[in-house]
Amino acid sequence: MSSLVKNIIRFILFILLQVFILNEVPPLHRFIVPYIYFLYILWLPFTINRIALMLIAFAFGLSLDFFSGTTGLHAAPCVLIAYIRPFLLNLILPQETIEQSYSEPGSKSMGWAPYSLYVGLLTFIHHFYLVLIEWLTFGDFLYFLGKVLGTTAVSLLMIFLAELLFLRKGKYRTNAA
Amino acid sequence: MKNIFFFIRRYFTFLSFLLLQVVAIILLTRSSTTHEVFFSDATSELTGNLNKRYSNLRSYFSLGETNRQLAEENTRLKNLLASNNIAPDSSRINYTDTTVRDSSGRYRKFTWLPARVIGNTVTLQTNFLTLERGSNQGVKKGMAVVGPQGIVGVVVEISPNISKVMSLLHRNSRVSAMLKKDNNAGSIEWDGNDPSILILRNVSKSAKVVKGDTVVTSTYSANFPSNLMVGTVSSIVADPSSNFYTLKIKTATNFFTVQYVYLVENTRYTEQVQLENTPMTNQ
Repeated sequence: MSSLVKNIIRFILFILLQVFILNEVPPLHRFIVPYIYFLYILWLPFTINRIALMLIAFAFGLSLDFFSGTTGLHAAPCVLIAYIRPFLLNLILPQETIEQSYSEPGSKSMGWAPYSLYVGLLTFIHHFYLVLIEWLTFGDFLYFLGKVLGTTAVSLLMIFLAELLFLRKGKYRTNAA
Repeated sequence: MKNIFFFIRRYFTFLSFLLLQVVAIILLTRSSTTHEVFFSDATSELTGNLNKRYSNLRSYFSLGETNRQLAEENTRLKNLLASNNIAPDSSRINYTDTTVRDSSGRYRKFTWLPARVIGNTVTLQTNFLTLERGSNQGVKKGMAVVGPQGIVGVVVEISPNISKVMSLLHRNSRVSAMLKKDNNAGSIEWDGNDPSILILRNVSKSAKVVKGDTVVTSTYSANFPSNLMVGTVSSIVADPSSNFYTLKIKTATNFFTVQYVYLVENTRYTEQVQLENTPMTNQ
């Protein structure tokens, strides 16, 4: 399957998963909201142009917003992590080796330690910004702190499970592809 | 001039990042104040359509509960029928008058329309419901939404066939309510904490509140008919710095299972709101 088709299917699946399953989960606590949709942005291929990456992230966040009735709330953090992603990848990855042989970030292509650092940091940044926006419109400081930590922990747990469930084969990029 | 172009070219990624951020924030602020989103018509038709399919699927799981609620409401309404009250020693029969304007000068203030819930969230800080009924079927902005067990929210956005309701579980939702026994009014809000608990603020400390008291919609509300069930008092906090109680209210409506609701239109809504919002000229 070509990378384009695969990512379009993923786009739809992540939105549906977030809207119709995770947003329907009965709330356990006000700090704990299951978010996993932004994993889509973390899984996009290495080779995407940075501006295209941000545009995709914007469209992705916005289409989630249309379902939850909060236009722009999820789009802003998505664009932020799409902007930071290339910097972070440049820092973490040893140049010249991995980026050229694998097509997208993953535990196989980057190794467990760098990949968890990458996912952990971007998850934290995403939730920090998302809750910050929520906090500015209403709420108190304890809510802000608690929710950032709570949602980050839950998201990381779910991403870990997703990685275990769906072993993405670290596909080699050949000259033909 | 050349330097400007050079600057733009050099920081093009960063600038487009800023641009997208600004667009997102503008959309956010516009949508939370006026609820008039740019492409709201087209997108809410699309998301409404998907929500409808999903809720069709889900409604099978709660058919029993929905039936029970409807049956309960039917018995309640049947008990209110005028034909139940026949005077024993009289040959006259009471008819209920259903015309819009009757000859004794009374007018119809509220009309009720049924609607099906096809989308509902309870887990976010800003929760909305989607109803399968829009402006073509007589829905207007500001209409009150009432469920079989209690009030649900207010219509904030409409498209031809779908409408969007700001649930009581929304951080910006405000509904005027009062204690049933002594008519002390306050305002119903939500603190984003627990979807089955609302907050009733600004109830005077002179009110004699006890746990379990019934809270109903007040007579001051422009969109809600008065004396509709909101919930019951579950705990009482006296704010030491002010003269008011803050009451926690257990909602009458179960927001997790709401399936069918009624839209209530106040025929004099625009008139009342317009007058209330007119600035005072000679004070």
